[in-house]
Amino acid sequence: MSKEKSWKEASPAGVCWKSSVTYLTGDWKTFRPERDVAKCTKCLICTIFCPDGAIHWKSEKGDIEFDMDFCKGCGICANECPAKAIVMKM
Amino acid sequence: MKSIVKQEIQGLNGDEAVALAVKQCDVDVVAAYPITPQTIIVEKLSEYVANGEVETEYVCTESEHSAMAACLAASATGARVFTASASAGLALMHEMLFVTSGCRAPVVMAIANRALSAPLNIHGDHSDAMAERDSGWIQIYCENAQEVYDSVIQAFRIAEHLDIQLPVIVGLDGFTLSHTLENVKTLSDDAVKGFVGTRQFPVVLTHEGKTVPYKLDPESPMTMGPVALPNYYFEFKRQQEEAMRNALAVIPQIQDEYAEMSGRRYGDGLLEQYALEDAEVAIVCLGSTAGTVKTVVDELRAEGVKAGLLRVRTYRPFPAEAIVKALGNVKAVAVMERSMSFGGRGGAVFHEVRHALYDATARPFVVNYIHGLGGRDTNPTQIRRVYEDLQKIIRANRVDGLVRFIGLRE
Repeated sequence: MSKEKSWKEASPAGVCWKSSVTYLTGDWKTFRPERDVAKCTKCLICTIFCPDGAIHWKSEKGDIEFDMDFCKGCGICANECPAKAIVMKM
Repeated sequence: MKSIVKQEIQGLNGDEAVALAVKQCDVDVVAAYPITPQTIIVEKLSEYVANGEVETEYVCTESEHSAMAACLAASATGARVFTASASAGLALMHEMLFVTSGCRAPVVMAIANRALSAPLNIHGDHSDAMAERDSGWIQIYCENAQEVYDSVIQAFRIAEHLDIQLPVIVGLDGFTLSHTLENVKTLSDDAVKGFVGTRQFPVVLTHEGKTVPYKLDPESPMTMGPVALPNYYFEFKRQQEEAMRNALAVIPQIQDEYAEMSGRRYGDGLLEQYALEDAEVAIVCLGSTAGTVKTVVDELRAEGVKAGLLRVRTYRPFPAEAIVKALGNVKAVAVMERSMSFGGRGGAVFHEVRHALYDATARPFVVNYIHGLGGRDTNPTQIRRVYEDLQKIIRANRVDGLVRFIGLRE
């Protein structure tokens, strides 16, 4: 992480000088999702429900991937998974 | 020196004076919800819009909270924005006032100062604006309808100044100013337009790495008012404080410029001193009360009493250092104010004046007089009594009763 700006250097009113792509929020999480690959049916419901867009369909792998740099550990994916393939762990 | 421009005298009440000034300031958006005693302002403005006399977009909202939200959004697009409110309406805006100042949106708002419920009261006092003291808005209190007109015009320049970029409240005492007809010298549309100019924008660095004017533009998107966590929130609040400090220097400059054009000035724009140079006893007050105090000062001076007045025109930013200079040689000071800080051992203005005077070499006695709540009249006899009290304090060399009430049935 770059050095944080002083009040004189920061843009007024909190205008974002960084893109959300470079602002990693993954370290906010307490719980992380763990997937049982055997149970997963690749229905992709988790990718739709993830409020952070942190679950990606990787066509080259033919599988999903969790982006842990942005997953905040909310557990919605685990809650919505019809196959109960995702569990949240500390 | 430039010569004073030609002006036309019109019979206007304070609310109409606000509306006329707003009309002449080429305001792009007005979003408002009517409330007594501010109603005439928005009625008049909607009339201008309906008659096609202005280009302004008038947004009727379902509440004052929404009105301020609309003002903030319009201001974010680069528009010049105005609204008006009072009392309960201002209180309902409370949350949005902080968002507006925090987003550094230079919205101008007239407040026809009115008491807060309960009991219900539609009349004048300063409880409404004083409750918003810490909302990050600049606050100007006016003495008469002429000053109301002049202050609204100056307010846009103050708010939009690149060193400030803060919203401004122009306060006019409910009914005493809002509904009382006075002769008001008005400037031509061109003179006002020339004075206020077009809105200025600071430049900001966006997430795309561009340096662009601080306004919403699809070509250069930016995020305004995002989340700022413990690692940044504090820095943005410090920026707002700096803007307030800058305003202490800029408000007198704008006032000087306005005085050159109009021939009118209100002290240095922050404080107005009246017969204060050699005064031994002085009253500090805000708003229309000052008019009555001046009459009493004139009478007392004729009788040989060294009485003076210090009117605080700009309550935020609070000109503390200038107050020390102005009251440094006075022996006893009475702070008269039209709002209470329940349980606070006096009102908010009293606290700050007394706090400022801690730095004076020879600290004067400072007492507080709460008066005029809920529109109760304060007359010259009562003000004369305040000066007599101050003389008694000097003679006795002590204060009995720090906080007193004027015109209250005991």
